[in-house]
Parts: sequence; C-alpha cells; structure tokens
Amino acid sequence: MAGYNLKEIMNKPERLSPGHRMCAGCGATIGVRAVLRALHEGDEAVIGNATGCLEVSSYMYPYTAWEDSYIHNAFENAGATLSGVETAYRALKKRGKISPDTTYKFITFGGDGGTYDIGFQSLSGAMERGHDMVYVCYDNGAYMNTGIQRSSATPQFADTTTTPVGSLSNGKLQPRKDLTAIIAEHNVPYAAQTTFTRDFKDIHVKSEKAIYTEGACFLNILAPCPRGWRYDMADIMKICQLAVDTCYWPLFEVENGTWRLTYEPKKKLPIEDFLKEQGRFKHLFKPGNEDLIVQFQEEVDRRWEDILFRCSR
Amino acid sequence: MSIKDRMSGNEAVAYAIKQIDPDVMPAFPITPSTEIPQLVSNYIANGQMNTEFIPVESEHSSMSATIGAEAAGARSLTATSSCGLALMWEELLVAASNRMPCVLALVNRTLSGPININCDHSDSMGARDTGWIQIYAENNQEAYDNMLQAFPIAEDEHVHLPVMICQDGFITSHAVQNIILNEDKDVCEFVGEYNPGEFLLNKGNPVAFGPYALSCYSMEAKKAQEKAMEDSKAVIAKVAKDYRERFGRGFTFFEEYRTSDADHIMIIMGSAAGTAKQAVDDLRNQGKKVGVLKLRVFRPFPGQEIANVLQNCKSVAIMDRTESYNGHGGPLSSEVRAALFESKTYPEVVCYTYGLAGRDFTVEDVYEIFEELENVSSNNNISIIQHRYINLRTKEDR
Repeated sequence: MAGYNLKEIMNKPERLSPGHRMCAGCGATIGVRAVLRALHEGDEAVIGNATGCLEVSSYMYPYTAWEDSYIHNAFENAGATLSGVETAYRALKKRGKISPDTTYKFITFGGDGGTYDIGFQSLSGAMERGHDMVYVCYDNGAYMNTGIQRSSATPQFADTTTTPVGSLSNGKLQPRKDLTAIIAEHNVPYAAQTTFTRDFKDIHVKSEKAIYTEGACFLNILAPCPRGWRYDMADIMKICQLAVDTCYWPLFEVENGTWRLTYEPKKKLPIEDFLKEQGRFKHLFKPGNEDLIVQFQEEVDRRWEDILFRCSR
Repeated sequence: MSIKDRMSGNEAVAYAIKQIDPDVMPAFPITPSTEIPQLVSNYIANGQMNTEFIPVESEHSSMSATIGAEAAGARSLTATSSCGLALMWEELLVAASNRMPCVLALVNRTLSGPININCDHSDSMGARDTGWIQIYAENNQEAYDNMLQAFPIAEDEHVHLPVMICQDGFITSHAVQNIILNEDKDVCEFVGEYNPGEFLLNKGNPVAFGPYALSCYSMEAKKAQEKAMEDSKAVIAKVAKDYRERFGRGFTFFEEYRTSDADHIMIIMGSAAGTAKQAVDDLRNQGKKVGVLKLRVFRPFPGQEIANVLQNCKSVAIMDRTESYNGHGGPLSSEVRAALFESKTYPEVVCYTYGLAGRDFTVEDVYEIFEELENVSSNNNISIIQHRYINLRTKEDR
C-alpha cells in the first residue's frame, strides 16, 4: 500500500484501553488493537465478542476496556449476534432513526474455539447471509481460556491438556482445519490470513480492507499464546515471523474469489525452526521422533503448494 | 372500528406482527410455527411492512440475533416451537438476564422423543425458569390480543424483560376460527414507538452488554431481575386493562369461568380450556356447581390471586399438559399447590396429566374428572390416584 505510515497509524487513539486483565504478551490484544487502528477516525463501531479469554478479561463488571459499543452474548454465537446488530443498524437507518451521515462498522472477535469449533455454524450463517461485518478470529490454536485444550485449529502433534503427550501419545493426532479457505469458499468479498510481522503493514492493511469492504469479511490472525505454546513472551514477533517464513502460516488474501499471496519468504525455512521455539512441540525433538517432524513438514509443504497453486490462477 | 375475519392462530399472530411492524425479526422454521415467519416474509416481500427479516441457520442463532438487534436498539422478535425453543435455551437466559424487552411467539409443541409434532406444553414449561414472562392463549383471538400486549409489557421501564406469547400447536395455530382484528392505527397507538434508553447504536453514548461478573456483583443482578418479574405483575394488569378498555377483550392473569359459586374447579391452560368450559356448561345444566380457572399468565405466577379464587371451593383439578419426570406431578400442580399452602387454603386437590404429544382431551374427559372431584370431596375414605394420565392406552387397548 502506497503511503503506509506506521508512525501515523500508531498515533491514532487507542480503542481498547489499557488496564484490562489479559496476560502480558498475549497475542489477542495485539491483534485487537491492530484491527481497531484500521477504523477511520469519526466512524463509530460496535464490537462483538465470543466468550473466551478476551471477553472475560476485557469486560469484567463494572469495568470495560472498550471505547466503542460492545456486546458479548455467548461462546458459539458471535456471528449471529452481530448479524442482529448489523440488521438493526440497517432497520433503524431505513426508518430514519439513525442519521444518514452516521457510519457504524461491525467487528466481532472470537478465539479459535468460538470460531473454528463451537461457533462455526453461526459464523458460516453470518458469512453466507452477507451481513456487512468483519469476523476476526484470534487464532491461538487451542481453548486457552479453559486451560489449553485442543481445538480444530491446534496443529498436529501439539501437546495440549486434552491431547497430552504420554507414553502412548505424541499429542494431537490431526492436522489443523484450514478455516480461512473454508470461509473464502463461502464466496465472501474478502477473507484474509495475517499475523504480526515487521512493521504490521500486513495486518493493518488487511484490517482496513476487511472493515471497509462491503459485505461479510473474515480475518484470521495467528495470535500466539505464550502460556499455551510455551515460549518466552518477549519472543512473540520472532515466533510469528517463523510461522510465516516456514510457511506454517502463509499470509494471503482472497478478494472476490481471487487468491493473492501477500508475503513470500525469500528462503522457506524448515518447520523445525518454528517448532523448536515452543514447549508444546518439545517431544518432537526426542530421539526416535524424527519421522513426526517429517510428517509435519510434508503437511506444511502440501498446503503451501496448494496455496501457491490457488494464488497462481 | 374493528374488523371481522377468519384466521388460524398462526395467521392471527403473523397479522399482529405485521401491525406492530417491529424493526428486526430473525427466525428459523419449525413445525407448527413455520407459518409465522413465512407469512411475515410474504408481508415484507409485498411491501406491507418494514421489518428486516433475518433467515438464520438455527433457532440458537435466531434468539442470538434477536438479542443482538434488541441490544442495538431495535424492537425485535422471533417465533419458534418445541426443539427450536430447547435449542434456544441458553439464549433465553441471556435475553432475560441482559434485560432485553424482546418477544417470542411460541407455538407449543411437545419435545422429543419420540419425535412428534403435536401439542403439549413441555417446550414452554421447560423454559419456565429462564426469566421470561409467559402468556398463554386459549384460541386465535387471545393469541392475537396477547401478541399486541407483549411489547408494551416487555418495554415498560419497570419490567424490561422478554415476553413469550404461547398458543397451542395445530389446535390453535392451524385451526381457522372467527376473529376480531383491530385497526392498524389503533394498534400503532396502543403499542407505541420504541424509545430504548441504552443501546449499542446510541451515537456518543457507547454501552457494553454481556459482562463477566464475579460473585461480588452477580447475585445483585439476579435479584434485580427477580424484582422486575415481581413488578411485571402490575404492568401486565395495567396493559390488560388498557387493552380491555380500548378493544373490549381480554383477561388479566386468568379467566374465571363460572367459579364464583363453584364447589369444584378445574385449573387449565391453553386450548383445552375451551373443552373444559363446554363441559362446565353441560354440567351446570345438570345443576352441578363446577367452574374453570383458565390461567393466562404463568410467569410471573399469580399464586395469591389463584388461591383467592379457590378459597371457597371443595375440590380442585389441576391439569398439566407436560410431564416433569419428578415423580411428583407437573409444574402447574407444583405451583398451585405451593400457592394454596402458602395462603393456608386447603381444598381437596387432584392433579392430572393430559394431552401429551397431541393426545385428545374431550368434553367427556372433563365430565369424568369433575365426577372424580365430587367423589373425593364427599368421601374422605376414597383413595385418590394423583397425576393420573387421561386417555392413556391400557393393555387391552393395544
């Protein structure tokens, strides 16, 4: 994007106040603040939120960290709840109860539990109906709020509390669900995958596109959780960079059916570089488990080739 | 002026929704309430109303979207039956605890299993402690009249609770009967404009809904909700009075049918009250002093008022159209007996279960029940079978 000015963007007023109760180093709040920076000044917003870490830590009665109007309903229905809010906006505007020069944007946040799993139906419905909203998933790859249980976003072989590594177990059996592609297949006008890299241009630009593209848009943010992934919380930028440089988490966007890679590593790094930084994969580096890393690498390669193919059409 | 017409219960409720012209209606089809969203969609498709309809992908989402729309400041409602209501259960509690004055048109149908599409009250009775006001109708006319009173009750500043308007599946929802409809402009005046106090789309005054609250605040929130339910009694009575004065129809908490001098009274809800009233007329012609108390409002429960009606009678039949699976009878039985005990009123009480999953309930059944009540109150030695199922097949019937 021409004219991308990090300093200017970072000087915008915060729409998520400090003082909330999220963990130090949490990827979710970094993601939320990056997305909200994309809102144009003067535009109003209603924020939705599925039950999860973000919700219980940012709106604990009687305090809220949200500068905008905010609604949490339940775990599995953030898509449907914002559908109602967005429809109310259109209904009230039609009746002249909201002035024509007022603009509201609708953004909902959910973790991977509330998005990939229990809230999947509600999300799919909202996307298919085409409500003018953005669903943002902060994907930390497990149910972190309840204590690191596996989700369908959890990578294969990860050690979680419901896929514990043990004498008969090497962690989660299945590779992760590719939700961004599934939502893109809903033929929404904009779906993208991003994370925290370099000067945040990728996430800032995609957030603005997602918020200001008319219709149902989806943003999937890899948002590391230092507790669940077991890495030093100061290393979050390094972890995210390794996720994209190993092609574990490719950065791409799908605009009106056209797939586009937004970042291609100059040198694709081996998956070990990403895995070895995290305690949840520690067992993969024990002697005798080399084949598990080979398996992991093969899955990453297969999916990367698939994305390259989709982006080449 | 009023309009004479013929309509089914579903048509009557859909017509009421057209006249109310709410801002948002999310809904998902389920027998026997499906016609309501169908008819509303047709009204919208033909420019007869301005409501935004959301064809959601489940009932959980219809109630979730209703809550979202209501929180945003839009007058919102949905419709469902049976398993649809069961799927909404979590959201019913969220709607009530967030003090959403939204409305649900319920067409009562039994819950699975076995899967069965016919009427009983197991759906709404299962939701009786979710914090919703529940109002029941005997026929299409009452379903229509109740629907028009729903928002004035829900939106009252002393209430701010959701309201469930119930009618019996098929018996009421699909049977076409005569009906008197109100003029659009009169409905408009009666229901009034919705002016929410705090809402998401209130520019310059952002608000947050759905907090996490620790033990130090949660109990007060629940007490405030309970207080609103208590206070809703006065509002329900006032709205019913206003409606009666304006349109000439309706009851407050219940209808007292030939109860003033009755020795034996049947308490019943919904369409079967019509059957009971017919039987009472027949028995009165034979000189028997019998009557019917038809309960309209189940939540809040008008316990003291019911006990007052029953204080001079000899015996009472309490009719439950649902099973509580507690070995102790249905919810209406439990509530009425508790109310009688609290007011130190002790008639003979016999509890019955009838009409489950659409089982017929006839005038003859009512004769038989009143006969049993007479025997019970005239002979202390008779052994009463409590919670007897009416018209249950016997081994011989098979």
